Amino acid sequence: MTDICSLSLTEVACALHKGTLSAVEVTKACLARIAATEARVAALITVDEEGALALAAALDKAGPDPARPLWGVPVTVKDALSTKGLRTTAASRILENYVPCFDAFAVQKLREAGAVIVAKANMDEFAMGSSTENSAYHTTHNPRDLRKAPGGSSGGSAASVTVGQCFASLGTDTGGSIRQPAALCGCVGLKPTYGRVSRYGVIAYGSSLDQVGPLTRTVADCAHVLSVIAGHDERDATSSPRPSEDYAALLQGKSLKGTRLGIPREFFGPGLDAEVRDACRQAMDKAEAHGAELVDVRLPHTEAAIATYYIIAMAEASSNLARYDGVRYGRRASPVSNLEELYVRSRTEGFGQEVKRRIMLGAYVLSSGYYDAYYRKAAQVRRIIRDEYLAALNQCDALWTPVSPVTAWDLGSHADDPLQMYLMDAYTLSLNLAGLPGLSMPVGLGANSHLPVGMQLMGKAFAEAELLAIGHALEQILPPLAPPEI
Amino acid sequence: MTDTKDISREAVVHMATLSRLRVTEEEQARFARQMGDIVRYMDILSHVDTAHVEPLYSPVQHSGSLRADLAVTRRQREEILANAPQADDACFIVPRIV
Repeated sequence: MTDICSLSLTEVACALHKGTLSAVEVTKACLARIAATEARVAALITVDEEGALALAAALDKAGPDPARPLWGVPVTVKDALSTKGLRTTAASRILENYVPCFDAFAVQKLREAGAVIVAKANMDEFAMGSSTENSAYHTTHNPRDLRKAPGGSSGGSAASVTVGQCFASLGTDTGGSIRQPAALCGCVGLKPTYGRVSRYGVIAYGSSLDQVGPLTRTVADCAHVLSVIAGHDERDATSSPRPSEDYAALLQGKSLKGTRLGIPREFFGPGLDAEVRDACRQAMDKAEAHGAELVDVRLPHTEAAIATYYIIAMAEASSNLARYDGVRYGRRASPVSNLEELYVRSRTEGFGQEVKRRIMLGAYVLSSGYYDAYYRKAAQVRRIIRDEYLAALNQCDALWTPVSPVTAWDLGSHADDPLQMYLMDAYTLSLNLAGLPGLSMPVGLGANSHLPVGMQLMGKAFAEAELLAIGHALEQILPPLAPPEI
Repeated sequence: MTDTKDISREAVVHMATLSRLRVTEEEQARFARQMGDIVRYMDILSHVDTAHVEPLYSPVQHSGSLRADLAVTRRQREEILANAPQADDACFIVPRIV
């Protein structure tokens, strides 16, 4: 990694504001890092070299602006977020040539803050997957071991941040899609409270679950990006009117001493790999040694969360993806003889296998005769799970759990068994059902695999500042991960 | 939960029809097996007592705010039509329907 690319976002933003680095210099360093690593990592779908360099040059010409916190900072954006004038595919063939005429809210906020979008990051098609292997374009490789999956669905974002192609990336998290790839690649990822960041311009998957958030190399960097993208947006009715905070300014001064961390015992049962359990245990011992208090809490319906989540997510997906009809945008099959054939063939040719499975299962759980047994039942269990989280959070400052039951797995190892892949999401998806925030951060390496292990801090609604402050304090006492050797 | 624990190939075809998708013979067999596994797994919910529990469809805590009902032009027609697979200067074009 070149010297510039190994800086944190906080450091590079400071150097850019002081004028010790120029926007063009930093952008060129990231583009060079992309050129050096992309053939092996394949984290990106579209690289906007020309646009990024032109913007960086324009920024340099105008000079650093203290009112723009990400002035000149190169970032990547998951290809599920609309970028005006820059192709946005959601990693699907059906959107292969789609160029949005507007920016997603979070993208607009990045641009207003002075960030330079260098590329759109790879993902599972329509964010449906946990390994980025469901991209219609290519498979992303974990920069810590190229034979392994980077996690997903924001696997391209996590890989691009980890390997130093950018200083931050935006991802989306519907059932763990920011936190899990961050854990598997060894970077930091935050899923904000539902409603904290506007979903305007996000290509929808499960609308009651989707949330936009940052992936970065440090907790402080994550706080800086959240400060930029959080806030109310009248174009998303679920966006909260609650004012956002200066999360970076609130990082300091949080001591682990007396911090009560709830450890749900259901997350440490069968299914948790021994090396992950041991790495988490070591981190918990360290936290305890620094004065944190570990509190035993219960989340009894954790086992029901996977089924609950997938029923709701698939139902919402089948509704959301009905819009891809080959008429207004996206791929259109041709030649066709009538409108029905246009719909059916455009969708059949445009969607991949996992997307088809989820749309069809979503139609199934919503169909007459099954609606009450599946969809309504799942929504009832969702309330039980949410209430359990709120009760557990009343006993502590934050919950602290593993993110993934295993470290990064071999690419291709779950190719024909979607259910096995769904089970990997056991620890992350309850939080989306509950709509609460979660911060994933590396806590060490697995003793056997030598691959990163991540833990997540989960908090009450809108407790992002507190989670980031606890995360920042933990980061000071946990061993830092070395950059990947690539 | 339901008495349908297996997914037949006919059920796969029905789901595909509802979803405006076409599935090949080979996909029918594969999806039937995979979806059967998934639906059987989802049966775990039948063991959860949900009597008197109100469904939770959205985690939003704030009440919805109303805005003035004013027409606003956010996009130009040509911007929208630029992504259409087939259009003229004013409309999306689809195969003849009448």
